[in-house]
Amino acid sequence: MIHVENLTKYYNDFCAVDQINFNIKKGEILGLLGPNGAGKTTTLRMLTGYFMPTSGTIRVKDYLLDEHLIEIKKMMGYLPESAPLYHSMLVYDYLDYVAGIRGMDKSQRISRIRQLVDLCGLDDIMHRSINELSKGLNQRVGLAHAMMTDPEILILDEPTSGLDPNQIAEIRDIIRKIGKEKTVVLSTHILSEVEATCDRVVIIDKGKIVADDVTENLKQAAGQKYFIHLTLLNADFQDVQDQLGAIEGVRAVQRTQGAKSIDLGIRLECESAEDLRKTIYQTIKQTPWILVEFQQETKTLETVFRELTSVHP
Amino acid sequence: MQQVIRICKKELKDYFISPIAYIVISIFLLVTGWFFFTTFFYYNQADLRNFFDLLPITFSFLIPAVTMRLFSEELNVGSYEMLLTLPVTFTDILFGKFLAGVLFVAAALIPTLAYPICIAFMGQLDWGPVAGGYIGAVLLGASFVAVGLFASSLTRNQIIAFIVGMVICFTLALIDKMLLFFPRSLLGVIGYLGADYHFKNIAKGIVDSRDIIYFFSVVFIGLYSTHLVMQEKN
Repeated sequence: MIHVENLTKYYNDFCAVDQINFNIKKGEILGLLGPNGAGKTTTLRMLTGYFMPTSGTIRVKDYLLDEHLIEIKKMMGYLPESAPLYHSMLVYDYLDYVAGIRGMDKSQRISRIRQLVDLCGLDDIMHRSINELSKGLNQRVGLAHAMMTDPEILILDEPTSGLDPNQIAEIRDIIRKIGKEKTVVLSTHILSEVEATCDRVVIIDKGKIVADDVTENLKQAAGQKYFIHLTLLNADFQDVQDQLGAIEGVRAVQRTQGAKSIDLGIRLECESAEDLRKTIYQTIKQTPWILVEFQQETKTLETVFRELTSVHP
Repeated sequence: MQQVIRICKKELKDYFISPIAYIVISIFLLVTGWFFFTTFFYYNQADLRNFFDLLPITFSFLIPAVTMRLFSEELNVGSYEMLLTLPVTFTDILFGKFLAGVLFVAAALIPTLAYPICIAFMGQLDWGPVAGGYIGAVLLGASFVAVGLFASSLTRNQIIAFIVGMVICFTLALIDKMLLFFPRSLLGVIGYLGADYHFKNIAKGIVDSRDIIYFFSVVFIGLYSTHLVMQEKN
């Protein structure tokens, strides 16, 4: 659906996006993930034709972005970061204006605006002026703006930033609902959002792509270390090290900070992803130690993200 | 073309649903009406010369005040991003906003048609110069709108946009009165640059192609520079 090749953008001397390549398939929800200032917004702005790339090509279906901008804009709905709408307009007037610019005739407009009102929950605010709206409502009007013509491609820049948890859940529901049929690209730095909504993740850092994979694979592939955390009472570190270290599959026993001073925090580094908890528990059962916490560490996207984007000395 | 009209309509609506339009137009009518009628009866002549003579100066205050928000506000709020990613070209946006500005100026001029109508009852009014004057006023307005748009595209701050626009318009309006300060060899060129000079020609009732070309070139230069500035931003 969308093919991006060697896309580069310079702001004067500063390289915001550096030679990135990726493809987006039809019907996919792609999460563009990265720390602040990684180049997410710049990439999206180039995808929507707001910024001209310094070099590189963007193809949407069979259209080249710099030759068929209008056709591409017609297929796309875009919600910029924090949804900057015209302040002085009424919500209805604004949606009507957008529908007009998108080339809908009068009767089409009314029925489509009705649908969007239901989808985005704008019922009570249609007659209100946009500058009176709260952030969440503003964001929903922005979403309605983006979905006006039921576009094939929906591009959302941090769609849930600044919203309260209920609103975030609502917006995610909407995105998932749309994502069943449409291609959605969304940028965010909130990891749980990607886990909750996206099929695929592209992680960018300092203008470069550092990971591009299906969300599940990314979680599994990152890092080759597997840990089990334990907290014991009534135990001596030396004993623990001897006994647990002897279990097959345990590579190392490390001491960690327990929650209280009498706790003994232990971290076991395992050789494989195999679950050793059964063996470990049986070993502990034969000792006078008291087991208060026992947990296998699962790689979250957060660990993956931090490994890929944090600055290594 | 339809997109141009839609954008123009939206801008006009913005003017007329907020108090800006009414305040600006009332001030314009008060100022021109006051200056025109305080001296009108001394001269005892049935013409609108005094009204038109003052127009380049009043326009250089009025028009930048009208055009200052056209791009500045969009850039400041960020709505420009939403507008440009709709299926419109920059040219559509530019002409839409330009047209809205020109129509606004025309709307401000319409109430002043009452002056010639009243004067026609009082004396023998020569309609030639009046018609010329109004054509000239629209042309002058259009070129100042183009200048104001350019000023508005330079900055996110509306006040700066207003001041820059006003300075350029003021210079264009007054430059042929300051010829004194320029070397003799430049006089012809600088005299030609003055908007006032060309406007007065038309307001006499002589519609000369040179004057029309002048106004069209100011419009063109203004709009083209706006295009360049906005292109540079992306």
